[in-house]
Amino acid sequence: MIQYLAKRLFWMVPLLIGISLISFLILHLAPGDITTTEAGFNPKASEESRQKLRKLYHLDEPLMVQYGLWLKRMATLDFGESFAGHQRPVLWEKKDEKGNVTKGMIQEALPITLLINVISLILTMLLAIPLGMIAARKHHQWQDRAITVFNFVGFSIPGFWLSLLLMYWLGVVYNIFPISGIHSINYQSFSTWDKIYDTTRHLFLPIVIPSLTGLAGITLFVKNGMLDVLHQDYITTARAKGLAEDVVIRRHALRNALLPLITIMGLSIPGLIGGSVIAETLFAIPGMGKLFYDAVMMRDFPVIMGILTIGAALTLIGNLLADIAYAWADPRVRRGVVR
Amino acid sequence: MNRALSNPLAQWGFAIIATILVLAALAPWIAPYDPDAIDVKSILLAPSTTHWMGTDGLGRDVFSRMLFGARISLLVGFVAVGIATFIGVILGAISGFYRGWIDVVIMRLVDIMLSIPTFFLILAVIAFLTPSIWNIMIVIGLTSWMGVTRLVRAEFLSLREREYVLAAETLGARNFRLIFRHLLPNSLTPIIVSTVLGIASAVLVESSLSFLGLGVQPPQASWGNILTDGKEYIQFAWWLSAFPGMAILITVLGYNLLGEGLRDALDPRTKS
Repeated sequence: MIQYLAKRLFWMVPLLIGISLISFLILHLAPGDITTTEAGFNPKASEESRQKLRKLYHLDEPLMVQYGLWLKRMATLDFGESFAGHQRPVLWEKKDEKGNVTKGMIQEALPITLLINVISLILTMLLAIPLGMIAARKHHQWQDRAITVFNFVGFSIPGFWLSLLLMYWLGVVYNIFPISGIHSINYQSFSTWDKIYDTTRHLFLPIVIPSLTGLAGITLFVKNGMLDVLHQDYITTARAKGLAEDVVIRRHALRNALLPLITIMGLSIPGLIGGSVIAETLFAIPGMGKLFYDAVMMRDFPVIMGILTIGAALTLIGNLLADIAYAWADPRVRRGVVR
Repeated sequence: MNRALSNPLAQWGFAIIATILVLAALAPWIAPYDPDAIDVKSILLAPSTTHWMGTDGLGRDVFSRMLFGARISLLVGFVAVGIATFIGVILGAISGFYRGWIDVVIMRLVDIMLSIPTFFLILAVIAFLTPSIWNIMIVIGLTSWMGVTRLVRAEFLSLREREYVLAAETLGARNFRLIFRHLLPNSLTPIIVSTVLGIASAVLVESSLSFLGLGVQPPQASWGNILTDGKEYIQFAWWLSAFPGMAILITVLGYNLLGEGLRDALDPRTKS
């Protein structure tokens, strides 16, 4: 097991380098750089000052040299500073000579996105597991059909459209939820409980909407897993020895049917991070998605590369955690009987 | 094939897609107005007998714009997934047929691509290029071939060991012939299913990009950018967000029904 983990960890390094190389090449092969936007805002910027800017950011060096420089800084976890956002550090806070601390951009954005996605994922599971079980137990009956219809609609509904509709109905017309940001303006004056309540109200829609759109896939997955398991011999044995159907389902079938969910959760991470762009720009939430969108608009290379790298690292870590959790949950894998 | 035709899911999906295809193809003839014609005297009119789906902020007829927008959604879906399937089949075939080091290289490349949040990558590239429908199709295609690659590789790995393939090889069939005459035709079913389902997600990605203002650029109509207007006017003009949203939902639903229906009908494992 330890040997396996070491091997996996070792493989993450070349994967990360590969990911960063591909992202770097794709971004730099595209025309236009920071000087087109930064100088674009200032019509007086001459060609000379643009060259100066390029020099400052090493944009005049050959591509592989630029990548080499970037990788060298990455090795010390130095993600650099934003081109556009007043030279804010990309990853982590920095102190200047006067002792003023400037927070890192990803440092501030990542916890928000993680919080939203983790709660959203838990909510999805809490809803999807019972739905999938009902669909499997009532296979081909009306409950199953209703859930199937719901699944198809859930698969097909554009998330941003659903967000827009709920934002309008629940936010504007009925004024139940705020539609922008994560705090009220007078947040600082609230007591602790009011702060929690206020944040919950702000984050309700951004958390519930991805749960609703993600529900379909997981429900279908639980249903298919359950159907597979219910046809196994040991379930027939359990029934034959007279166990109550409820016990057969809960103790014997469910545990095995849910195992693959662990892997699915690990695999869904890049999709969740990617999906945060639209939700966060719509609801004006200062998370990774919004940060990325703004960075892309400003052609802010260090921020774009930083987020892509962190996103990829999170994905790899997520997959690794999923594999460890799988081994922990399934003794067959842990003892190396099946891989 | 007969089983596919008698599958109710596939039938519904096919009917939906066919209807949209016909509407899109006939757009210039059935659209009551010029989709780009600005009419300042009829701004933000609610749906009526003269404007079936109302008008937008520039007085353009929404129904006409929807019809032309359908062409964009269908085109992006087909071309983007066409590119992805082409790349996926080639790489998957090489990987599964030759195995060895080339297989390792291609599979690591797949792992790498799957670890990058694809929507981020698409967004970044589109923003750096000039947003145009061609760029969108190419970028979506270039970032969504990994699933097909794995699928084709898996099919090839298992088919490669079958006796009929060994027989053909023994009789002196060249690799090219083995791949295109014996292996590929027998892997078609999963490829078709994944292509149809891939179109569904490509349509969603295009509309999201257009909604963010990075996709199809106005004045050219796309369902996504009509929705961007819908967002601006959501308090005064529900029809600007309701109709394009429904259209995207129905189209994507159509592809999903068709894809799942074909899977049910053609995959012997789910037949039990």
